[in-house]
Amino acid sequence: MADDDALRAYRARLREWLAAHAETAPRRTVLEPLDDDDVRGRLAWQRTLSEAGYAGVTWPERFGGAGGSPAEAVAVEQELEAHGVATAFDFIGIGMVGPTLMVHGSAEQQDRHLEPLLRGDEPWCQLLSEPGAGSDLAAVQTRARRQDDGTWAVDGQKVWTSFAQHAAFGILLARTDPDVAKHKGLTMFVVPMDAPGVTIRPLRQITGDAEFNEVFLDDVRLCAEAVIGAPGEGWKVALTMLGFERVAVGSGLHATPLDQLVAAVGAHADDREDPAVRVRLGEVASQLLALRHTSERVVEQVSQGQVPGPEAGLIKITSVLASLDACRLAVDVRGAQALVAPEWGHQVSMLPGVRSAGGTEEILRNVIGERVLGLPPEPRVAA
Amino acid sequence: MSAAAMFRALSDEQGFLVEAARDALGRVATLEAARAALDGGPAPDLWPLACEAGWAGLLVAEDAGGAALSAAEATLVLEECGRRLADARLLGHLPATALLGAAPDAGGGLLGQLADGTRRAALVDPAVGGRGGRLTLRRDGAVARATGHVPGVLDAPGADVLVLVGEDEEGLPAAGVVAAEAGGVALDAVAGYDATRAVGDVALDDLEVRVLDLAPARARDGADLQRLLLAAESVGAASAALELARDYAVDRVAFGRPIGSYQAIKHKLVEMLRRTEGARSVVIAAARQWDEERERFALTANAARVTAADALGFCALESIFVHGGVGATWEHDASLTYRRAEHARRLAGGTTAAADAVAQALFALVPAADRTTTPREVSGQHVRS
Repeated sequence: MADDDALRAYRARLREWLAAHAETAPRRTVLEPLDDDDVRGRLAWQRTLSEAGYAGVTWPERFGGAGGSPAEAVAVEQELEAHGVATAFDFIGIGMVGPTLMVHGSAEQQDRHLEPLLRGDEPWCQLLSEPGAGSDLAAVQTRARRQDDGTWAVDGQKVWTSFAQHAAFGILLARTDPDVAKHKGLTMFVVPMDAPGVTIRPLRQITGDAEFNEVFLDDVRLCAEAVIGAPGEGWKVALTMLGFERVAVGSGLHATPLDQLVAAVGAHADDREDPAVRVRLGEVASQLLALRHTSERVVEQVSQGQVPGPEAGLIKITSVLASLDACRLAVDVRGAQALVAPEWGHQVSMLPGVRSAGGTEEILRNVIGERVLGLPPEPRVAA
Repeated sequence: MSAAAMFRALSDEQGFLVEAARDALGRVATLEAARAALDGGPAPDLWPLACEAGWAGLLVAEDAGGAALSAAEATLVLEECGRRLADARLLGHLPATALLGAAPDAGGGLLGQLADGTRRAALVDPAVGGRGGRLTLRRDGAVARATGHVPGVLDAPGADVLVLVGEDEEGLPAAGVVAAEAGGVALDAVAGYDATRAVGDVALDDLEVRVLDLAPARARDGADLQRLLLAAESVGAASAALELARDYAVDRVAFGRPIGSYQAIKHKLVEMLRRTEGARSVVIAAARQWDEERERFALTANAARVTAADALGFCALESIFVHGGVGATWEHDASLTYRRAEHARRLAGGTTAAADAVAQALFALVPAADRTTTPREVSGQHVRS
């Protein structure tokens, strides 16, 4: 009971704070384009949130966080959403890179990076996927060679790197020993994105925007202290980060908001009277409600201090499939012109790419099939 | 399999309820009985089991002799019934008792008999009957005259008490109660594709019934609750179909590998899990709203109905495919689940009507931009076109 009272008081303080700040805050967007000004505004808002303890809520205080409980983090997410206010911009840094550094980073790395990351001064990106290694992450070919002076020289190419153009640092998975089995010869590094030899080339997506990037690494020199964990431990560090990623995608981040769909489909009385429109809306809305309430189950689990299992990946699959259905319904009802309006056209163009982000749907289904349903693994060719 | 337990947080009492339901239903050969019923054998009568377990009075207040539990517990019991393809006649009885219990003038004696199972009730509402049903209740003080015809009423055959919901003289939902044996009630049992079900056509010819003092918005709660309970039952059946298929996919070897190692099969099973867990989430949310947020209950209960019918339809069909030819034989249990799926999606008004109800509930929450919406839509999610 005491816990409930404390949480209620926390939420009350949060609402009071939001009442004073919500007006100047960036609007919450879902799959809508962000230009450089938007990103600057979002980073400034991240600083405001972090100073108030509402970004990185569960981060320990010694890393600049609020030292809060998972339940408080959930309350912050819920209240920000209810107020239509944006969350912190650098969800990659706060949700995935930062927690990974807390587990595997050196004390120096933690001191140097965590606080600026949280405050939005130094956003991060993940340099993981490669043209030849997408979901089969352990097949990365980017090479880091140790020099006589203990530094590293990195050559290779990464791809599908979200927000690389805005990032101050990247977390890089590279092969440091080509002579051992593929999971064993990997090392994780910290890379300054402005280091000589780093070239960022935006990839224009179906939306017309460039959120993804190619990143070329051409004789990039990294100091010995850039290694996260130890040489050869890159796969272990990557698995830790992918575990945090699962929790992050489990929030149904990319889903079409139900209110937005209902407002678009039900804007005119004629459509509300059309039984065919109503039945389709009912079916699509039911899927979005299934998504929302499954997220609530995961959130409840997190707020009880449990770590969601791979089944949380089901939320990501549903969020893409149901959102595509929702967009198509909205455009069918509003007419083809709705495809060129930012509200629906951008989502329609964005969702096919989201389907592969953070691990393809097929890989997710393999993982869930094997780890949740206990099905036998695919035969794998030994590396 | 851990899937059935994933993200599940039950109270101790709810855990005991589920365990007890599993034990009780485990003592009855429900699947064998379902198949025997198809061959013309007697339909399994699980009513004594339901009464002994206390399910008949699950939603009835304690002072009327009930267990005073709520929709969450009812969905848990129905899920277990669905898992074993059992039909304990609760889909008709529980919503009827919920409506009676909500009316201040229901009469403690009748509720007590319904709570201990001495008498069985069914809900007669065109909203959860087959297509083309109509029912009017013209009020005259504490009584009303009921006229109409409602096809496909769940659990009507064998019911002692009928709780009627129809339109009053103003076109608003109104409720009444009458004994099934009263003159003026015609009740014809109809054979179902799923032989475990008791379904009947009910006709009422200017019959005098006792009026239940319920607000119009509350009179439709019984129909929405029935849809939720059917959804919970479907989630249970879908889980069972998934488990059956999963176990087979682990054991069955083809081309030197267990078939569950092939992506084609693995991804099918994960899709079963995805749809079943999505539906289960909506069932859990709707059951909570029955207690905590009744104004959203119609929306979520109907969404539960839509997603659960989808999950069961998918799981029942794909489970047959995972089993290959043997799954399509008369002897295999997969065929019984398939019968239940195809029949169930058309019961309680059918899933199309449930989807329509979801849309109407949503439109009621978000006003039309052009403000030419008719009052009928604004007046509430319970009003059907």
